[in-house]
Amino acid sequence: MSETENYGKAWQGDDKPYAASYGKLMMWFFLITDTLTFSAFLASYGFSRFKYPDIWPSPEDVFTHFPFLHGDHPLLFVALMTFILIMSSVTMVLAVNYGHKMQKNKVILWLSLTIVGGFMFLGSQAWEWGHFIHGDRGGIDTQTEYVVHVAKGEELSSVYSLMGVDGHDGHHHHFTKEEIVLGLENQSEYNIRKANGEYLTNEESIKYLKKNATKVLLGANLEDNEYGHRLFADYFFFITGFHGFHVFSGVIILIIILINVVKGTYERRGHYEMVEKVGLYWHFVDLVWVFVFTFFYLV
Amino acid sequence: MSEENKGNWWIWKVFWILLGLTTFEVLLGVFKPDFLNNTIFLGTKLLNHVFIVLTLIKAGYIVLVFMHLGFERTNLKWTILLPAFILVPYLLFIVLSEAGYTYLML
Repeated sequence: MSETENYGKAWQGDDKPYAASYGKLMMWFFLITDTLTFSAFLASYGFSRFKYPDIWPSPEDVFTHFPFLHGDHPLLFVALMTFILIMSSVTMVLAVNYGHKMQKNKVILWLSLTIVGGFMFLGSQAWEWGHFIHGDRGGIDTQTEYVVHVAKGEELSSVYSLMGVDGHDGHHHHFTKEEIVLGLENQSEYNIRKANGEYLTNEESIKYLKKNATKVLLGANLEDNEYGHRLFADYFFFITGFHGFHVFSGVIILIIILINVVKGTYERRGHYEMVEKVGLYWHFVDLVWVFVFTFFYLV
Repeated sequence: MSEENKGNWWIWKVFWILLGLTTFEVLLGVFKPDFLNNTIFLGTKLLNHVFIVLTLIKAGYIVLVFMHLGFERTNLKWTILLPAFILVPYLLFIVLSEAGYTYLML
């Protein structure tokens, strides 16, 4: 074959240097950009954490609850969420695998289970957010912007316990800093833990709060965060929220694909590559969670 | 290895590996062995380095097996992986090393 003939052929688009279809390639390129977005999120989280190394809240003091269980169970709930997502990744691979074998009914089965897994994860995340927003121990903001917590000796207690109310009774509580100081004066077994983890004595706590306290924080939002530095809550909402948004759009796309599978669209097309492409996206969501799990909850 | 004939065992193998690594991570996170928790290496606890290595292993299994990248052509594999391998460590290096200099600047 002469040079000119080869040249002409290349421009007809017959060459497939990657041996992958257009759609699959574009999905991969999209995932690269998404990888960089999430990397930037987690890197900036790391930046803030390294900027405030001694006052950054410790995740095991923040995420301690498990539905229907009392007491502190750090990591247990996120471990469950991780399990749900890994499991839904497995059902997704199975769906793709049966797609290759053109077994429509099995694709329907495993795709449906993947969607169920996605909804379970979203439900867990809603619960987690609800708990984070409602708050757990309460905190006291100080002029230096750092949040201090109520303790009993060398152990973390809560604003609710100091004030003698139940924090989970469904009422909307509100306390002033004067009430907290009064509570500390009347109950000498309580004291505070500073943002850097240092426990003060009861008298020191009263003096410290009278000098520095600005307001009592219950729960977390984009402005106030009872757990510690407000950036911690901001990153929590943005990173897990952006990931949750990916899971949500993944579930929607999976449902659309499932409808197509049921209608027999891919059977007629002769291949189930669309299931494979959505599968790539779904595994990517799992992949991001693996990193969020490590950098938000473990490290 | 042809898609059609290899069955499902490899999927479940990866599932058990991912589950095992995650369980191990959670156990380390709950019990925090003193040696790993108190040794500082490269600005953070040795325990955190263990977490990061385990995470990268999990990520490798997801990308190479579940996302099938391990079975794609070599040039496709590197087109996907190289941008991440170059840009992400670069970003982390810049951002994390600069954070130390902004310490307590309000």
